Amino acid sequence: MEDAIVLRDLVVDRGRRRVLHGISCAVPRGVVAGLLGPSGSGKTTLMRAVVGVQVVAGGTATVLGRPAGSADLRRRVGYLTQAPSVYADLTVRENARYFAALHGRGRADADRAVADVGLGAAAGQLVGTLSGGQRSRASLACALVGEPELIVLDEPTVGQDPVLRAELWSRFHELAAAGVTLLVSSHVMDEAARCDRLLLIREGRLIADDTPDAVRAAAGVADLDEAFLRLIRANEASAAVAAGAGGESS
Amino acid sequence: MNPRILAVTTGRILRQLRHDRRTVALLLVVPALLLTLVYYMYADQPAPPGGAPSTFDRIALVMLGFFPFIVMFLVTSIAMLRERTTGTLERLLTTPLAKADLLFGYGIAFGLAGAAQAAVAAAVAYWLFDLETAGGSGLVIMIAALNAVLAVALGLFCSAFARTEFQAVQFMPVVVAPQLLLCGLFVPRDEMAGWLQAISDVLPLSYAVEALQEVGAHAEPTGTMWRDVAVVAGAAVLALVLAAATLRRRSG
Repeated sequence: MEDAIVLRDLVVDRGRRRVLHGISCAVPRGVVAGLLGPSGSGKTTLMRAVVGVQVVAGGTATVLGRPAGSADLRRRVGYLTQAPSVYADLTVRENARYFAALHGRGRADADRAVADVGLGAAAGQLVGTLSGGQRSRASLACALVGEPELIVLDEPTVGQDPVLRAELWSRFHELAAAGVTLLVSSHVMDEAARCDRLLLIREGRLIADDTPDAVRAAAGVADLDEAFLRLIRANEASAAVAAGAGGESS
Repeated sequence: MNPRILAVTTGRILRQLRHDRRTVALLLVVPALLLTLVYYMYADQPAPPGGAPSTFDRIALVMLGFFPFIVMFLVTSIAMLRERTTGTLERLLTTPLAKADLLFGYGIAFGLAGAAQAAVAAAVAYWLFDLETAGGSGLVIMIAALNAVLAVALGLFCSAFARTEFQAVQFMPVVVAPQLLLCGLFVPRDEMAGWLQAISDVLPLSYAVEALQEVGAHAEPTGTMWRDVAVVAGAAVLALVLAAATLRRRSG
């Protein structure tokens, strides 16, 4: 079966600044892929390109076999923005039911999505009165409610308590086991170990694209944090060599 | 456009409004209070000669069209700006929702709210203050509701040019005030300087006011009234098309 996401030399500029410098990678179906990198490295921009809301300067993004942003992908892809994008003046249940209805799902699906993110008890509360963590879970429920084939989640676990975080990750793996593909961004390295595949991005360039075990093996250390550090150093060293070989560095 | 998605979107917008009880109360009560003010302002003025409508009748009739226009423009501008700044718009555009579903959803939801506002204000004007119009009150409310839809369409379009609530509110004097000044309430349109008349001719509210005045003066709907109604409806559709052009699924 074809891959869920295929990026070929993806280049994105925001204003005059180049944010993604020709990213190429492939994410197979039915996995939880982690998009890791520091704040400002281009994670959100890459996710926006996958969802098809980002203007792209070069390269291609293919999602579920179609160009990213195609009309028929809108019912097959779920997107959680980094800032919770739900209506503060509606209850959790009303938000979930609205987004469920947009995807042609019923009230039962909406109520299940709310329960799945642990907000069953707060379903009747206005989103504006929720804590930050609850609000982002309400937003997550709205991304899951359409039962998409690809779910793109921008930092879904920020501000969640550890027990809930573990529950959310096991939910992600249940979905992947059922054939759904998840692209999950995080800047917390301990979440990297929970992913089936890792994409490490730094300053708009892909530094690693492999399983956690392979990343550890390549770096020769057991700790992922340390492994990433080594990969970054190795990458910078080779970039410096390349720049030196090319004569003038720009 | 998809009727089911349009219906749930309209319902969602009305539900948001319903949760904001204070706004609903202000929406319905304030026009009645302002009409009261106008009634007592002119209570002791002598009646105009020759059976012309009293000053209160003349002003109140036009005010019934003003309220939904002003209020729905503001409400829509802010609501749409919120959709843009909180990211819900970007999210909506990644779902099967069509742009027209969202725009018409706002038009229907706030058009209904404007009609409710006009109905309450008209009830107060007719029953409490004995407003007299030759034509029926139903036509007055219909024209007021159409004004609300026009204001929603203009608000949806203008919100694209505001980044903050402060900026959005500033579009009120820019878009609404000239239409109020030149619509023919303060100075009859045919007594204005030629260039002012020319501006007035291209402002949709002028036609809404003329339509209301036609209802005030004639027992049966006139051809002029229907033409004016068509012009206002056309302006609303044009503003909606322009608003649709400001909604981009992809941004930089």
